[in-house]
Amino acid sequence: MREALDHWPFVVGAYAVAGAALGFLIAWSYQTMRKAEKRREEMKRK
Amino acid sequence: MVAGSIAWGLLVVQPDRLMGETVRILFVHVPSAWLGMGGWTGIAISSAALLIWKHPLAGLSARAIAVPGMVFTAVCLATGSIWGRPTWGTWWEWDGRLTSMLVLLFLYGGYIALAQATAREGGSPKIPAILGIIGAIIVPIINRSVVWWNSLHQPPSLTAGKSSIDPEYLWPLLISTLGFSLLFGAIVLMRMRALIAEQQVEARLRRRALDDDISQDNVTGVTPSSMETA
Repeated sequence: MREALDHWPFVVGAYAVAGAALGFLIAWSYQTMRKAEKRREEMKRK
Repeated sequence: MVAGSIAWGLLVVQPDRLMGETVRILFVHVPSAWLGMGGWTGIAISSAALLIWKHPLAGLSARAIAVPGMVFTAVCLATGSIWGRPTWGTWWEWDGRLTSMLVLLFLYGGYIALAQATAREGGSPKIPAILGIIGAIIVPIINRSVVWWNSLHQPPSLTAGKSSIDPEYLWPLLISTLGFSLLFGAIVLMRMRALIAEQQVEARLRRRALDDDISQDNVTGVTPSSMETA
């Protein structure tokens, strides 16, 4: 008899991929924004 | 909203009769697909605004949309592939929907490279805008691909005013789509703020360099009239 495929590793894998990609995107975008705005403020002060 | 709908989808909804537990991938796969296509629609609208009305923020907004659009398209393809393995028995199939979505991913890559190169080399922002408008042809192709071509992918479940999805799955799906859309908007705004700040820094640097040139010319006695006579 063929054993049924466990679906949970696929569900967890899909959420892990999505979470990692979106977490990286949010952190990168926030960091880029803060850096650019900090550089602009420094330029204004000079 | 995103966390709540995902928790709802992972912990509360019942497994589907045919797809089993993998139906839970729906709550991250469908919003990613929607935002991948919605992202390019946004690029096309911004590109049209740039070409027609020459709105100064239109080019920036298109550039700000491109990276999140590409990431959501990649997430859609990855989660779809993971979903396909237990339900279709394969990670990938060259059918209309998957292939057209992959083309969208490559279009995003091309657009990002072109927009960055144009901004770096001081080229016209109209060049990536033209690609943004021409590339929009892929959006209706992706949308209709499951109707036009015989596909492993299921036909559209959500059309204007109609749904073949059970309300148990529909509500968390709508909430997660709304949540991811708001998240997408927040990311685009962050990237726009970064691009605006970078442009202001560049403008200030250019102005300073120009001021330095003028003051140096005054010291050496070079004036526009003396240059003309020379």
